[in-house]
This record gives sequence, structure tokens and C-alpha cells, in this order.
Amino acid sequence: MNVGLTDEQELLRRQARDFLDRECPAARVRQLMEDDLGHDPRMYARMVELGWTAIPFAERHGGLGLGLVDLAVVLEEMGRHVVPSPFQSSVGLAGMTLAASGDEAQAARLLPSICDGSQLATVALVEESGRWDAGGVRMAAERSSDAWLLHGEKLFVPDAQVADRMIVATRTAADPADGLTLLVVNTAAPGVTVRPLASMDATRRVAAVGFDAVEVPADAVVGEPGRGWATLRRGLDRAMVCIAAELAGTAQRVLEMTVEYARVRQQFGRPIGAYQAVSHRCADMLVMVESARSLAYHAAWALDNDVPEAPLAAAMAKAYAGDAARSVASNGLQLHGGIGFTWEHDIHLHLKRAKWGEATLGDATHHRERVAQLLEL
Amino acid sequence: MDFSLSPEEARFRDQVRGWLRDNLDDRTREAAAGHDDIELRRDWQRRVHEAGFAGVSWPRELGGQGGTLMQEVIVNQEMAAARAPDMLNVIGLYMAGPTILAHGTPEQKARHIPPLLRADEIWCQGFSEPNSGSDLASLRTRAVIDGDDFVVSGQKVWTTLAHVSRWCILLTRTDSAETAHAGLTYLIVDMQSPGVEVRPLRQITGDAEFNEMYLTDVRVPRANLLGAVGGGWRVAMTTLMHERATLGVGLQVRSRIALDELRALARTTLVDGVPRSADPVVRQRIAQLVIEVEAMRINGLRGLSRVLQGEQPGPEGSVNKLMWSELNQRIAETALDLLGPYGTLAEGEERAPRNGRWAYGYLRSRANSIEGGTSEVLRNILAERVLGLPRGR
Repeated sequence: MNVGLTDEQELLRRQARDFLDRECPAARVRQLMEDDLGHDPRMYARMVELGWTAIPFAERHGGLGLGLVDLAVVLEEMGRHVVPSPFQSSVGLAGMTLAASGDEAQAARLLPSICDGSQLATVALVEESGRWDAGGVRMAAERSSDAWLLHGEKLFVPDAQVADRMIVATRTAADPADGLTLLVVNTAAPGVTVRPLASMDATRRVAAVGFDAVEVPADAVVGEPGRGWATLRRGLDRAMVCIAAELAGTAQRVLEMTVEYARVRQQFGRPIGAYQAVSHRCADMLVMVESARSLAYHAAWALDNDVPEAPLAAAMAKAYAGDAARSVASNGLQLHGGIGFTWEHDIHLHLKRAKWGEATLGDATHHRERVAQLLEL
Repeated sequence: MDFSLSPEEARFRDQVRGWLRDNLDDRTREAAAGHDDIELRRDWQRRVHEAGFAGVSWPRELGGQGGTLMQEVIVNQEMAAARAPDMLNVIGLYMAGPTILAHGTPEQKARHIPPLLRADEIWCQGFSEPNSGSDLASLRTRAVIDGDDFVVSGQKVWTTLAHVSRWCILLTRTDSAETAHAGLTYLIVDMQSPGVEVRPLRQITGDAEFNEMYLTDVRVPRANLLGAVGGGWRVAMTTLMHERATLGVGLQVRSRIALDELRALARTTLVDGVPRSADPVVRQRIAQLVIEVEAMRINGLRGLSRVLQGEQPGPEGSVNKLMWSELNQRIAETALDLLGPYGTLAEGEERAPRNGRWAYGYLRSRANSIEGGTSEVLRNILAERVLGLPRGR
């Protein structure tokens, strides 16, 4: 047993932090928040050069053949810097879904372009109900002789504004447990409309995507028709862990900012960090940050090694990280006092990202119920 | 990153499991659960030692096994998972022993370690005083040098197992210097010395697990000094660090067991024929506890991993002590909530679930956030030593 990072992973962490300190300081984040694309394609290209987009994918698909643990190292750093980037949706969500689908043909077709950054991908799952499970998918796909026909709307589709392709979850059978079919849809296809949703976190774009008689070729299915949820579930478990790692990083940064502030900010003649009302909150924040990181890395290891409790570990990691990041960010803002509430201070960037991460792919209540089910409570 | 055991470690674990299967029966388990059958627990520790599972990482020439820290952790985990009785000499094994190994003279090691491992001699700890609990450095028990002896007078409190102990690790003040830490001296005291008086201290559970200890002109030979005169604080820190670091791994497994019992309780407790586990609120609470106990487990493994790489156990051990005590309390609180009014029934009452064990556990758990460092002190440690915040007041 050695649950520390390897020397290579430590190197990757240092490289990621140096790169992001340089390329994505808070001032740059703020510029990108105002940008229509919501990210900097040049920065993305540099991340591709560093190999980040290829980390968790097989070498035969253009990847580096590393694991989720390695990806988590990079994502934790991206979370620290609240980087506005479609990296999470393309690599962590769509890419991991393809890689976990076991569909060699689709993986061979799409993963190389995700690895080399020539294409961005995302996943369209949620609809009107706001549910993150199979039952929430109502949008039907009708099968004709050589195509699928799509009608309907997907919501909260991450980075749809820049995605070239999206994996769309559609209903093709009335099955309470599954009955879904995953289809790869070209975002530029006739009938697809992308409408950005104004949301709290401008560093993470989401969109409403309309499908008006969109025709998708028959061979666009990922995995087996009618078994899409089983496929997507494997991808979502991995994506959840990616978000958990990011949230651990954002919470860690809030803790550091808060501790720095509590050491210098004086009130009533001494630093506020000398008051237990402040220092004890910081101690509780530390417990949450460390626990979020532990659960995220353990889940990443469990998924990499396909251990039986991996889905449980993923649900635990996402449930905890969502609550912890929100709570740490709220506490951090509180301890900053009035300055923390201003637009000028960076802490709100972290609070908003934490809130996005908490709600995305199911919040803590959703995943605690999953934990209860997996434990047969 | 690798959370799995190496093949050799897995073999060792199977060996421990096999031994526990062959040697641990329900009678021993149940009899020891009450914690008052001292002879039964002494006998259990002897058998564990003879099997080679006590002092696993301690030197062979002192009765240990010369094994690895990882093997020791495996033993702790398997013992807890098998619901084995606690080792009787808990202070000796987890606090006095490691401290003597770190700071003791060769004579002290040879004299004390072997009988400690066999439970021939039980140890207690004289740190806390009536007016000096968390503020350990303010303690007032005095040790005055007189020829070849220290002469000790004062009062200690919360001395677990003092009534059956042969030895006490005693923290005393030899100098009333301004800097409270500097004047402390760490002594090994023979509990049979004239002037040592032990009085049982009854707790909210009704048990007398702890004691008060009065010392009146107790003569302690100089040979029983651990570390240097005035150097007691540093030695005491070794004791407390070991308490929080090594003990933590076994505690975590016990929390998981309590949690398993809580889950079973939720499934089997019916109200109008509906199990309590069908209630979404109950499901959320239990799932959250499961997640946090798991976080504590992995935090512990990360800390252990650092120690295995040759680093000292750091103040991070305080994270787990803090989590453990509060989780243990919440597990007990949740159980009592599930049981409704039945949860308050005490041992001996016919309708008391599990003969009042949940009620007892609830009351006993109140001590968890006080003993071994209060939650407030642990938060101070985390704030000051891990986060580097200014000293609190």
C-alpha cells in the first residue's frame, strides 16, 4: 500500500500548477468569463501539447494510457484556478463515457480527436425535470431504415457552445431501468440549436440544446441500443470523480486564501485568525478539504482498477465533494467579511464554481440515496 | 497510488484472520464487551502475544516481532473487524510502550517492555489533573529532587485502569518556571509505592472505568526518569502523537462496525410494519455517516502512507481524532433517534433494545470529544500547527 502520488504524478502536479499560475491567473479567468466562447482556444491547444487531454485514454486511441488518478491531479489544479475550459466536458465527461462504453468502433472514431484537441465533445443528458437518472430522459429517438430522428430539448449541456459533437441520451424503449440509446450528434447538423443559459458560474458554460427533426445516421449509436443508461452510468461515475477532484482543488484554494487573510487581517487589535471562532472554522474547512481529496483519489483508484466497490466510491466522492466545496467556499466568504462579498474579490469565483459542481451530475442528496441503494439499506 | 495490500501483506492478513477464526469465540467477545472482566482480557492479550500479534513492529529482543508498521496496522484492523476484545493493556501498548521505545534507556526498555506486552503489568497514564485537562502545561503535581529520588505530590484524574495498573506514566512539574512547558518532567511511577492512592470515579454511564489518583510524598527513583529533567513536554508529545496516530486505525474499523450495526438496526426496526430504513431522512443520515467514516478511513491511510515512507506521524493525526469522536457521537445519536422512546431504556429493562447497549453507547460516546484531546484543542492544533494561524486565545 502506498496511497501517495508517484514522483511522475508530483511532477505533473507541479507542471500543471506552474502552467496555470502563468496562463490562467484570476485576471485571465475574469476576461474569459466575458468571452463568447467561454474559454481560450490557444490555452486549450497548450494543454493538448502538455498531453493533458490524452492522459486517461488508451494508446491505440491516441491517448497516453494513464489513469483517472493522473487526470485527477490535473483537474485538482484546474479547480484551484477555476479555469474556464471545456476540458472537463470533453475529456472528463464525453471522453470518459466513450472510453468506458466498451464500444471500440466509436472510441476509435472519436477519441483520437478528443486527445489531439481537434474536436471538442460533450454529453446531453438532462431535460426539463432536471433529473440526472435514466427516468429523467424522455426525449425519443425514432428509428427509420437508416437513421434516427430526434425531436426535443436537452438542458444544462456543458460547453455546448463550443462542442463539435455531443453524446445525446435518448429514449427508445419504455424501460424504467434503462431503455436509453446514446447517439453521437454533430452540433452543426441541421435542426440543432444551441442557446446558452445565463447561469451563476460564468466560468462553466451550460446551454439548452434544441433538436428539431435532427437526422442522425444509424451507425451513430454508442454501445448497444436500449442499453444506453448502463453505458452512460460507467462514464458518469468517472465524470463525477473528475468533478470531485476539481472541487477538492477549488476548496483547497479557498482554504489557503482564507488562512492567508486571517493571518493578516486585524480586528480589535489582533489578527482575526487568533480568534477561535475563526480558527475553528478554518480547522473544520481543513477536515472537509482533506476528506474530499481522499474520497476523490480513492474513487479514481477504484475506477482505474475496476474494484467492485468503485461505483459506491464514486457516489461517495461526488456527494462529499459537492457539500464540502460549497461549505468551504461559504465559510471562506464569511471569514473574509465584507470584502469577500465584493465582485472585486476572487472568492466568489470559487463559490460559484463550487455551486456548479454541487448541482452537476447530481447533488449530494441524489448521491447519498445512491449510496443507500448500493448498500442495500 | 495503490490502496491494495502487497501479496506478503495479504498473506499476513490471512494468517491473522485464520488465527482469530480459530481462537476467538462468541463467549470471549461478549464477556469482554462489558470491559470489566480484567482476567479474561489479560488472558486474551497473552494469547494474542503468544500468537505473535502484540508489539508486531517492536524489537524481537524485547518480546516484539520485529515486523513492519503495516503488519501492526493489519493486526489492529483485523482484531477490530473480528470484534475481538480490546487489548487490556491499552495505555501500555499504544502510549507508554512507544514512548519508552523512543525515549527510554536500555535498562528501562528491558525492564518494562516484555511484561507490558504479555499484560503481566498493566499501565495507566497520569497526565490530566482536576484543573489541568486540556491545558496540560498548567499541571501542578510536583516532583522535588531529593538525593536519588524524586518526591512526588499531587492529584491526577481520568486515570483509566489505575485500579489494576502496576505502572503509571506520570507527568510532573519539577520547576515552576514562567514557561509552563519547560518545567515538566516525565516519570515512570510504581503504583505500589507508598503514598499512591486510587479512587474510582463514577461516570455518566454509571461505570467506574476511570479513577482519581492521589500522590502524597511518593518516592520515585531517578532511574525511572524518562527523558531529561525539565524535558517532559517533548516526551509527552510522543505519547500523544502515538495515541492519535496509531490508535486511530483500529478506531476507524470500530466505527465501521458500529455503522454496520446501525444499518441493521434501521432495517429491522419497524414502526407500524414499516422499517425505519424506508424513511428518506434516515437513509440520508446513514448514507452521510457511511461516507464520512470512509473519508476518515482514507485520510488515515494517507497519513499512514506518509509514515511508511519514513516521515514522522504529524499533527494530521488530529484530523482523524476529531472526525472519529464526532462521527461516533452521531452514529450513537442516529441509533437513539431510530429507536424512539425505546432508545432511552437501560440495561436490565426487558424492552431495552440489545439490553441497553445503544443507550450505553450514546452516553459513553459523550466522552469521545473530551478524552485524548478535546475537539476544541484538536481544532486549535489543526489551526496553529497545520494551517499556521496565529496562536489562539
